[in-house]
Amino acid sequence: METVFDRPHALSDVTLSYCPGCTHGIINRLVAEVIDELGMEGKTVGVAPVGCSVTAYNFFECDMQEAAHGRAPAVATGIKRVHPDHLVFTYQGDGDLAAIGTAETVHAAARAENISIVFVNNAIYGMTGGQMAPTSLVGQVTQTTPYGRKVENQGYPIRMSEMLSTLQGAAYIERVSVDSIPNIKKAKAAIKKSFQCQLDKKGFSMVEVLSTCPTNWGLSPEEALKWLRENMMPQYPLGVYCDRLQEEVEK
Amino acid sequence: MEKKVLMKGNEALAEAAIRSGCRFFFGYPITPQTELAAYMAKQMPKRGGTFLQAESEIAAINMVYGAAGAGARVMTSSSSPGISLKQEGISYIAGADLPCVIINIVRGGPGLGGIQPAQSDYFQATKGGGHGDYHLLVFAPSSVQEMADLIGTAFDKADQYRMPAMIMGDGMLGQMMEPVAFQEERDPSSLPEKPWATTGTMMKRKKNIINSLYLTPEELENLNNDRQKRYQTIMENEVRVEEYQTEDAELIFVAYGTIARITMSAVNMLREEGIKAGLIRPITLWPFPTEAIYARAAAETSKAFMAVEMSQGQMIEDVRLAVNGKKPVYFYGRNGGMVPDQEAIVKQAKQYICK
Repeated sequence: METVFDRPHALSDVTLSYCPGCTHGIINRLVAEVIDELGMEGKTVGVAPVGCSVTAYNFFECDMQEAAHGRAPAVATGIKRVHPDHLVFTYQGDGDLAAIGTAETVHAAARAENISIVFVNNAIYGMTGGQMAPTSLVGQVTQTTPYGRKVENQGYPIRMSEMLSTLQGAAYIERVSVDSIPNIKKAKAAIKKSFQCQLDKKGFSMVEVLSTCPTNWGLSPEEALKWLRENMMPQYPLGVYCDRLQEEVEK
Repeated sequence: MEKKVLMKGNEALAEAAIRSGCRFFFGYPITPQTELAAYMAKQMPKRGGTFLQAESEIAAINMVYGAAGAGARVMTSSSSPGISLKQEGISYIAGADLPCVIINIVRGGPGLGGIQPAQSDYFQATKGGGHGDYHLLVFAPSSVQEMADLIGTAFDKADQYRMPAMIMGDGMLGQMMEPVAFQEERDPSSLPEKPWATTGTMMKRKKNIINSLYLTPEELENLNNDRQKRYQTIMENEVRVEEYQTEDAELIFVAYGTIARITMSAVNMLREEGIKAGLIRPITLWPFPTEAIYARAAAETSKAFMAVEMSQGQMIEDVRLAVNGKKPVYFYGRNGGMVPDQEAIVKQAKQYICK
């Protein structure tokens, strides 16, 4: 019988720790599919963050390092400088990348560090039980903004893709979503482009993936997808924010 | 050994590290260790290595984590306030059993403190520093030559025991120039293999994971207990200590680093006056030379001990534990960047002896 659908080889045969209905699992799978398609599993080192994907080192078949909260781009930098021909990626959430690890993220991009970041933005701290994230929307109710995020108290959400795209060291930055089949396909293409960018030694790349958190948003998985489309997409428009892949890298 | 050259301590550390096969350095500027990073910036590109100025000490130590986990011989350097910032990463490095070398050219604290030499980071270096039960191997050289000699040892021992090692100097050692002879350069490819490192599976082995997270309490306790066993082995085998004129000494000084050299002069001055003084100089601060000190404390000849430190008294706690009540333990120290001379030590010692 012909196999038409199977687990990617780079995705470990283990039970993922994500809540039911969360889209992290889809994104993990996309990363593994891309590693398979590029034939890079044996020469890939992934970096897991602190957050919902803290145990992601158990989910991929390639070598993995677990980083301290927010430090994944620095850890990836250390790995990449030792193994410049390997594929080095980080998998980070919004708290990890856009709050505690902002400096590491910005400077990895500024250095044109030749690494790939998969940035999962679900507008909330999931692992710790639903606190306000740097990407939480104005008005969004969380455990630490029980009356909604108020501009006068907590200011505005950070648009990381837009911000990082202003840096000359960034080669490719795209924001995607995994709320629908067409968008999942686009997300995979973006991750592949980012990894290929690294293999071509073009410099820093990041794919921001809008993702759901049904548990902490207090919604069903289906309602969560709808909430993402209606609330997150206007604040975080999908698209390519930076593409310097055709430019010659300055030596 | 090659011909002697005149060099600053900071530069000698850098040169000796490169000769020990270190090809990766991640740092952030801070006085008084600046020359070390500057030397690395100049030399690493010429010698096939990587120098990277990070955006913070936090980033630098996490780059060290990544590179060490990837199998490289790697180093960072800083001074007290910067070392405080690195503590998060050092705890993770210890928790993930990664070898690396961290240089602390200590300056006065707390806070921004000053930029003059001090030894006030002893607690931080020897009692953990970051969170969790862990130790660093801590080496305390007292000359530029010893700095150059100990760095290779620090790298080798870090690899052997899979743990971070620290060279704890001070602003004086880092800044002063002395003649130094270096060991022959080692080829990084000749260093021992690290089969646990994330070098890529090449589809030939199971994946390697560098990690310090263990959510099952039993598993974490077992791993911590295994690490403690390793620490026990280290305490039994890796103590380094120098004794000077202790054989018949009645007053025994305990001092390390810069102040140990000055104390040695104080011993000579006291001897000239007919006072039998001696010096125990810990070269490793962890593991601490507890047994060597206890042996002298238990001997009939010794009457008193005196810890001399460039701090308000930190190592003295370990000296007291080692002496174990056998003899009185006195203290003399200056801090905040003050370095006492031998006359001050002699004067203080006489006060205690004449009690």
